[in-house]
Amino acid sequence: MSEQELLAEVERDLNIDDIDFSDLEEQYAVEKNFGLENYVVVDGAPVAPESKAPVLEKVLRKLFSKVAQVVEGDDGIYMPVEGGKTKGYLFVQFKNGEQAEAAIKNFNGKKLDANHKLYLNKLSDIGKYTTQVNDEFVEPEIADFKSHGYLKSWLQDEQGRDQMAMHFSETVGVFWNKKKNEPEAAIEPRKGFTSKYAKFSPRGTYLFSIHPQGIQCWGGEDFHSIHKFVHNQVRLVDFSPNEKYMVTLSPLPIEIPDSPEELARCPFGPESKGHKLVIWDLTTGEPARTFALPPHLEGQKEMPWPLVKWSYDDKYCARQGPDALAIYETPSFQLLDKQLVKIEGIVDFDWAPSGVHLNGSKGESEYVLSYWTPESSNQTARVALMHIPSKKVLRTVNLFQVSDCKMHWQDEGRFMCVKVDRHSKSGKTLFTNLEFFKVTEKDIPVEKLELKDVAINFAWEPKSERFITISNLDNGNTNPAIPRNAINFYAPETTTKNNIVTTKYKLFAEFTDKHSNTILWAPKGRFVVVATITKSNGEIEFFDCNYEDDKTTKKGGKNDTNVKLLRTEKYPGMTNMSWDPSGRFLAAWSSNWMHSIDNGYRLFEFTGNMLREEPIDQFKEFIWRPRPASLLSSADKKTVRKNIKEYSAQFDENDAMEADAATREAILNRKRKLEEWRAYRAHFANKNTKENNVEAEVIEEIKEVIIEEKVEAVEQ
Amino acid sequence: MRPIKLMGHERSLTQVKYNREGDLIFSVAKDSTASIWYSSNGERLGTLEGHKGTLWSIDVDSETKFCATGSADLSIKLWTVENGICVYTWAAPTPVRRVSFSPDNKKLLSVTDQVMGQLGTILIYAVNYDGDYSNQKAEPILTIPTRPDSSKVTVAEFSQDGKYIIAGHEKGEISKYDASTGEYIQSVQAHGIHNEEQTVSVTDIQLAPEDGSYFITSSKDKCAVLIDLESFEILKVYKADAPMNTAAITPLKDYVILGGGQEARNVTTTSENQGKFEARFYHKIFEEDIGRVKGHFGPLNTIAVHPDGSGYTSGGEDGFIRVHTFDNSYTEFYYDVERTERAIAAGTT
Repeated sequence: MSEQELLAEVERDLNIDDIDFSDLEEQYAVEKNFGLENYVVVDGAPVAPESKAPVLEKVLRKLFSKVAQVVEGDDGIYMPVEGGKTKGYLFVQFKNGEQAEAAIKNFNGKKLDANHKLYLNKLSDIGKYTTQVNDEFVEPEIADFKSHGYLKSWLQDEQGRDQMAMHFSETVGVFWNKKKNEPEAAIEPRKGFTSKYAKFSPRGTYLFSIHPQGIQCWGGEDFHSIHKFVHNQVRLVDFSPNEKYMVTLSPLPIEIPDSPEELARCPFGPESKGHKLVIWDLTTGEPARTFALPPHLEGQKEMPWPLVKWSYDDKYCARQGPDALAIYETPSFQLLDKQLVKIEGIVDFDWAPSGVHLNGSKGESEYVLSYWTPESSNQTARVALMHIPSKKVLRTVNLFQVSDCKMHWQDEGRFMCVKVDRHSKSGKTLFTNLEFFKVTEKDIPVEKLELKDVAINFAWEPKSERFITISNLDNGNTNPAIPRNAINFYAPETTTKNNIVTTKYKLFAEFTDKHSNTILWAPKGRFVVVATITKSNGEIEFFDCNYEDDKTTKKGGKNDTNVKLLRTEKYPGMTNMSWDPSGRFLAAWSSNWMHSIDNGYRLFEFTGNMLREEPIDQFKEFIWRPRPASLLSSADKKTVRKNIKEYSAQFDENDAMEADAATREAILNRKRKLEEWRAYRAHFANKNTKENNVEAEVIEEIKEVIIEEKVEAVEQ
Repeated sequence: MRPIKLMGHERSLTQVKYNREGDLIFSVAKDSTASIWYSSNGERLGTLEGHKGTLWSIDVDSETKFCATGSADLSIKLWTVENGICVYTWAAPTPVRRVSFSPDNKKLLSVTDQVMGQLGTILIYAVNYDGDYSNQKAEPILTIPTRPDSSKVTVAEFSQDGKYIIAGHEKGEISKYDASTGEYIQSVQAHGIHNEEQTVSVTDIQLAPEDGSYFITSSKDKCAVLIDLESFEILKVYKADAPMNTAAITPLKDYVILGGGQEARNVTTTSENQGKFEARFYHKIFEEDIGRVKGHFGPLNTIAVHPDGSGYTSGGEDGFIRVHTFDNSYTEFYYDVERTERAIAAGTT
């Protein structure tokens, strides 16, 4: 019998149903989802004609292959075609589940090109989520629109007064500046308003308070609550220049709660887990992007702040990392060109504070940023200007023996000054060079100004080419009591030689033997205060940089280089100063955060005349409410300037009336108090004066009587 | 106003007092010797020696027969002013922070500190004034302990008619007791309510010189307060910018004088012009700051006004006593409304 016959016989005898196959079934059981995790649904791909489909498939295959292996051949990618066109979605099979995950992580939400953004989802997820969706459309509930009133109402004040917030003890109040008179409360001062500090947004629309749970935004005429930004233990806050975004930093990493209820209340998605830096959209109150803290900043005691710097119109923002700059576009907050800008050793960078009119850019405003890198073993230190979004380096300057660089942009973006602190070869003496990038001129020429001493401070005059430095004369004497600082005023000087116009910065005024360390220009220029802020001897000096006197009028009104020290004021406990947005008033204060000496504030006119002094216990901060840019055109401004006399007369009258009212009030108040007191005393007058007299007499009598008695007692 | 500077104490002054006529000044300091001075020329009449610790308080009776001193050496001594002899010593349970004679000189009040497990207490001793004064009753005739709902007593005074005892407490309250029974009558939260200061302990109580119907209290809360004796209502509040150690009401003119300054422990870290070591004059009725007298280079611990209103004496943490006589500008200064009032009064009479 052949083998085959034998097998056939056995089969015939056996009843298959009787055999227990469970062990085998178990061994070769197929999982329900078997292989499904390898599949990914790709959505958002271009819709292409059928003829182009293979090309598209090839492109996508190549793209995904960067991070994961796609199964070879037709099984790898299936792209449905209908009516001669692809449908914009496709199915991709990867070698295994992990690779599919990797592809999703890398490509979900990424741009394929300018018009197409890819969305990748697991096939299994599609099944999981679509089954839970109700077939019937339910209208989502849209919350009623809640008006916050006119958020800029304070600008409509008839007298054009400015507002300020004052923070003392645990209380924050918003007040109207009434010059000499007691500030008028705009809202009832609120106790326990903030746990750290209060802050206005850069254009003054919102007021922010900081709490352990996050940040609260207030606004409108009555400063009602507008948004809550939940960010646990938030410490630092910053804003984009146009108030579109807010940046917050907390030392605690974001935790994503597990329970669905808490998750619904948590503003952050799972991708934010462990992040500490959050960019918020101020209008919606939602987070726009979160970042982890760069590793080199983790655990740092002093945090450089802001960590995110913004271009002048909020279009771009940038973060500095080790050896790289990350530039993001708003509102998507995606990396510009999807990659970091590698800059070896970058120490610091700054955006031009306004649009730059580069030579040859046909009057268009460009985005420019500056950065510097220190010396390394085979490279000089460098300061460079970069054009964004092209990332083209516009100009580089090489520097030697550099200790430190500080970049100072002029506020219109016309100039950028780099204060370079250099050391001699021995490293013993320091001196400063100022390198001026004339950004708007052809090829960006750089002018160098070599100083003999160390400039400890530098400040551009707003909307001008003038600047001030404070330099420190190092003559080997270390006695801190001897003033060694000099205040230097510079302006460009134009010389014409052989029809070639050259401008050079020239020192036109100098004040030596000072302790001064702080420069604060009035926001509209011309006036500047130079102050000494130290532990014990505060001093403020008010300068007018366009002083008009007989000398200048003789020269035909040109007084750009006529500096006059208007006034010197001593303020021993001073810790901070701030100009009001109009540049008419200067507030100086002694903050309880620094020390508890003489806490309170003083208000000065721009001429140095003190208007008001108010000691307040535990005074912490004086915050002027910023104003948005003026809506007047330059022609309108000219008209106002021409008719300034008429305008000022009107305000003078207001001032006089107000001052009189205040004095009258005070007198009436005293009169009332005096009457009250007389009435109070009259109440006692009748009985007490009598009693008093009697008492006095009685004392005399008793004294005599007692002595007599005593004598008698001895005699007895 | 050129003061007479009395340099007789080696340590910080704790209290100065005038006698009723104002010809003598009594002073105590943290050294253990009390001094008596002629107010007219600053000559020292003599010293009272015998205590072994810091002297916290001194008082003289209305006839300048005796003076009493309270000391941290747990004793109160009674001295005859005439010859400076200590005639009696009461033992106290804890350091004595304040002593004061009753208006009839029959009783002596003392405030004992809340240390060593003892409650802060007002003790009243009978004074054998006319008889054998070296034979005094050692036990107090009345003890007023700190009430459970109150804080430790820091200063106390008899009212001018002797009916009440007014006491100031550590947490800023002022309370009134019946002087004969020790019964609690009422209290008022006078300090710590005008600002958000944390230390609010009452540092001084002085009666109105005209009739004692109201009194002034000073406190570490940087304020002084005028209170009506009967109603116990706060009449006026004088706000300063440093902790206040003492306050006095001037006769003749409607002023009050406040003294204080930066806490002694912070003095070395601040310069003289930041320490606010000035006597501050406020208008009693208008509560307005009208002037300051500089001179001390430490906080002012005590101020007393001459009974006839011609001057005042201040004692400072710097160890000096400064005896001031007021200039003409002091008496001639009137507010506009006061001048109007005087003009009307002159016109009608």
